[in-house]
Amino acid sequence: MTDTAYSYDELSCQELVELVTDYLEGAMPRELRKRFERHIGKCTGCHTYLEQIRETIRATGALTTESITPEAERALLDAFRDWRR
Amino acid sequence: MSEEREERKLVKALRAGDEAAFRRLIEMYHAMLVRVARMYVSTQAAAEEVAADTWLAVLEGIDRFEGRSSLKTWLFRILTNKAKTRGMRESRVLPFSSLEREEPAVAPERFQGPDERAPGHWSAPPRAFPEERLLARETRDVIARAIEMLPPTQRAVITLRDVEGWSAEETCNALTLSETNQRVLLHRARSAVRRALEEYFQDSE
Repeated sequence: MTDTAYSYDELSCQELVELVTDYLEGAMPRELRKRFERHIGKCTGCHTYLEQIRETIRATGALTTESITPEAERALLDAFRDWRR
Repeated sequence: MSEEREERKLVKALRAGDEAAFRRLIEMYHAMLVRVARMYVSTQAAAEEVAADTWLAVLEGIDRFEGRSSLKTWLFRILTNKAKTRGMRESRVLPFSSLEREEPAVAPERFQGPDERAPGHWSAPPRAFPEERLLARETRDVIARAIEMLPPTQRAVITLRDVEGWSAEETCNALTLSETNQRVLLHRARSAVRRALEEYFQDSE
């Protein structure tokens, strides 16, 4: 599964998983980015891992945003009416 | 309508004392303000109070608001200042304490050890998530619970970035975090949510 023939300049999978956010945020020096992408291209495990993180982000985005509780809303609207007066 | 245009309209209406505009703003931001305040104060009740104080300050200051920053940024700046002051009064340790322990994104046992054939490479590689279950209601609950369990600062960052869809820059401004810190917190938070999903899908196979 995982490609085991790797040279010294290659990242290990354990290193790669800690760099995933920098990669997705575009906060990676070019050289490192190349190494990252080279690894992803060869390693099924890391390819799947990156996919999982992308899916995690997508699924998190599907959460409904919390909204204000009715009590808090009532109290704030009262405060607003006082302020306007 | 663009967010910017809507904001300008709301500010104008608020200055004119329009209650609907105020209601819209608290619907948009109040819950987030409370969540962010929780980074600094120890109880939910204190966080609610800080958020309520923030709205009062907004009403008092709206005439002076010049629109040089976005309303959102201004709002969260006020909140962060108030919450920090309050947190210091409670003598609570500010975010980035050692409380936010550094945990690896993936458990070390999942990788080959130093004496194995390819140290640092997967020994137990991840398996693809079942696509058809990703957006299921139960999966959303798993994610929501995982976020609730995070330390407050990570919780605030992942909520703003991935739930609310804010940019990195907006999030840094609102939470007064450096870019690097914001990214580290986001990384830990996303890694934790991924782990929760992996565990959930494995257990329910």
